[in-house]
Amino acid sequence: MKVIYTDVLIIGGGLAGLRVATGVKERGHDAIVLTLVPPKRSHSSAAQGGMQASLANSKMGEGDNEDVHFSDTIKGSDWGADQVVARMFTHCAPKAIRELAHWGVPWTRVQRGDRTAIINAKKVTITEKDDAHGLITARDFGGTKKWRTCYTSDGTGHSMLYAMDNKAHEDKVEIHERLEAISLIHENGRCYGAIARNLMSGELVAYVSKATTIATGGYGRIYSVSTNAIICQGIGQAIALETGVATLGNMEAIQFHPTAIVPVGILTTEGCRGDGGLLLDKDGYRFMPDYEPEKKELASRDVVSRRMTEHMRKGKGVKSRYGDHLWLDITILGREHIEKNLREVKEICENFLGIDPAEEWIPVRPTQHYSMGGIRTKYTGESQTLKGLYSAGEAACWDMHGFNRLGGNSVSETVVAGMLVAEYISDYLESAESHISIHTANVEKFLKIEQDKLDALLSKEEGEDAYKLRRRMEEIMMEDVGIFRNGKDLQKAVDELKELHKRAKNISVFRSKSRAANPALVNAYRTQKMIKVALTVALGALLRTESRGAHSREDYPERDDANWLKRSITSWPDAEDELPTMSYEEISIGEMEMPPGFRGYGKDLTLHHDETPIRQSAVDAITKELEAQGKDRFEIQNAVMPFIEKLPKKYQGINERLGENV
Amino acid sequence: MSQEEKAPRILKISILRFDPHDPDDFPHMETFEVEEAIGMTLFVALNEIREHHDNSLKFDFVCRAGICGSCSMLVNGKPTLACRTLTKKLDAHITLAPLPLFELIGDLSIYTGKWMRGLNERLETWIHNKSNELQVDRLEERMEPALADEIYELDRCVECGCCVAGCGTIQMRENFVGAVGLNKVARYHLDPRDKRTDEEFYEMIGDEDGVFGCMTLLGCEDVCPKDLPLQSKIAYLRRMMLKNAL
Repeated sequence: MKVIYTDVLIIGGGLAGLRVATGVKERGHDAIVLTLVPPKRSHSSAAQGGMQASLANSKMGEGDNEDVHFSDTIKGSDWGADQVVARMFTHCAPKAIRELAHWGVPWTRVQRGDRTAIINAKKVTITEKDDAHGLITARDFGGTKKWRTCYTSDGTGHSMLYAMDNKAHEDKVEIHERLEAISLIHENGRCYGAIARNLMSGELVAYVSKATTIATGGYGRIYSVSTNAIICQGIGQAIALETGVATLGNMEAIQFHPTAIVPVGILTTEGCRGDGGLLLDKDGYRFMPDYEPEKKELASRDVVSRRMTEHMRKGKGVKSRYGDHLWLDITILGREHIEKNLREVKEICENFLGIDPAEEWIPVRPTQHYSMGGIRTKYTGESQTLKGLYSAGEAACWDMHGFNRLGGNSVSETVVAGMLVAEYISDYLESAESHISIHTANVEKFLKIEQDKLDALLSKEEGEDAYKLRRRMEEIMMEDVGIFRNGKDLQKAVDELKELHKRAKNISVFRSKSRAANPALVNAYRTQKMIKVALTVALGALLRTESRGAHSREDYPERDDANWLKRSITSWPDAEDELPTMSYEEISIGEMEMPPGFRGYGKDLTLHHDETPIRQSAVDAITKELEAQGKDRFEIQNAVMPFIEKLPKKYQGINERLGENV
Repeated sequence: MSQEEKAPRILKISILRFDPHDPDDFPHMETFEVEEAIGMTLFVALNEIREHHDNSLKFDFVCRAGICGSCSMLVNGKPTLACRTLTKKLDAHITLAPLPLFELIGDLSIYTGKWMRGLNERLETWIHNKSNELQVDRLEERMEPALADEIYELDRCVECGCCVAGCGTIQMRENFVGAVGLNKVARYHLDPRDKRTDEEFYEMIGDEDGVFGCMTLLGCEDVCPKDLPLQSKIAYLRRMMLKNAL
């Protein structure tokens, strides 16, 4: 048995994983990153439009700060987010972006003087301040009060990931490439690392670590059409689930992005609409103002996706052999703007659609895009139930997105969570409780279990075809667990997935019997895991009889704070169970800085909780009293919902802005 | 009759196959037939082959959107990103082979990650600035907007390896840094945050494995899927290095 020992095992080499790695290295700990692909090819690289951080440099960002970013994030989450975590996040996002600037990201900068922009289909002139010249600029994104999304053209994730990976090179982070964690080693509620399979040689390796971090991104590929990279299959969530100890949170919270191209589902950034692009129907009619007169195309993603679907259901979609779609019109932005700020979009249109988006409209429709759910953690990133297991980024349910993530908050989360979780892990490693003692015989037992499973897949004759099961799972998720959901379809989905789960135990790998690099074998064991993840999503969606954020039930259109202001928690205690086990974690209104309210989209259908007005008066009273005493916004915030002490000391400082604290 | 209504073409896709882990295997061509669909890319076609014809076929796709640089291969002999290659732009008989020069994992799957990591370590592709300590609470350092754009232009490289496969020099000098390496040096040289001196850059690439090794065949420029200005950057580095050497 090959065993590799390290302080911190990090599974996943995207932005979150790499940021955890450099953080723990800086604190003097050893780290190994396991990654399916070279880190620079991780899905983080596909983030186009930008990273939210309340720098307030550009004219349209004036007056922005952590408070406004926090309020947008909570509203966006439909009050599902953990408000302390969202506060920690908005406080640290400016630090994270400045750190990345220091490490080499060529953020697009403010150019002093006049420039032309398109706002609400009209040309306007924006005059940038002299003293902001050369600072990081920002564009508009959906669901935000200010222009807050910082960017490098529309290759933001790419630039961030390259800077981050290069930083990891500088820090000599050990990267083990094409190694896939297929199970976690754990004993008595403590995680001790992972069993990993070398995707080139097929060798199984036991990585034994004091702390283990899962940063494997989302699980979008359980859907047949997704903007996600094909490696975003939820395997990180699955191996956590399979411990029977770790829990997943809000798995049913799935985001659909309004503008993926048809039919292949490749993303065109929200920056298209942020920069002034419009959504048009089959008649070339701009329909969003009819539905959302205030925010129009720049309502929150979940809202725009639903409105688009509604409009297509009214027969206003453009018919195509791949089903209905709508148009995204960015021609009004002009060629110069597109070739400078939306060049990935342009390349995608040219290569996959054969069109020039400066001349022609882009066929789009809402498509699976983001997993708000994931491995449920405390604010430190540690699993609530499996000690020594951490998670960060999209893989985690930390939980700053609640039931809908704002555009630009995902790459921002990866680096903020990465920098914070690295500190909490380091604190843990420097405490006595981090010491481990696990018998190598037990490590070997975990390795043997995996070896046996692989052997069974390879030796079984006449079993199920993994591709068929997987395709069926993808269709079920697409048809029955999509943008609009209802009890009947969800029940059907759960029943059928349960059946697929049973059949998946009988998968055999046809023809390709190699133990080394073998895509058929990989597909077989991943399919088994993906079906379990799909079940957690479908079951969570079935049981949540309300509509909140991206989880929209036709049979329960109200957001039901009285009964459902809680997080869904999923576990799989016994491998023989047919279904995961669901429980719920209350979200306490009494501790909120921003008690539940109306998001401002459509008609207010909220069924409020009795406690909401009580907490609102308490918050108002504290605010009024402290304002009268002349306290500043930080003191008032701290009195309403303290969070700053939870942050690592080095990140507690107040952020400078032009005209504030400089 | 419109294009869409014609009977779909049957594509004959010939793939250079080899499994280095199988002692009995040897490099050979294998041809698969796939019915063409509207908007079909090589990503779609290869997955169809794997799913319906031969599930042992190895290839690398990640983003499948032309962003991550994983799927570079020789398409009819020319290095390119397979995911964004539409089959309708090709003849019905298509040949695919792994990118040369990189370690072969199997079939069309190559180990570019290892090669690129080696390159990044060798050229130390990160900001060198020991004197400037990061203060996360302070306003970020300013940068001229046009300069930031210019750096981003060079930062767009996706390390796909097409320029390496299209390079004549590297066939003869295996330690040649390639256009990918020279572009990275140009990128960091341009970046005022990187305090390395011209002499330090000269030490790194001022030899025949660096900028003076390039035979100016410029296959790199022809095949770069991101249209990076490789030709002008190599010329720029040469002038800069020459000035330094004199």
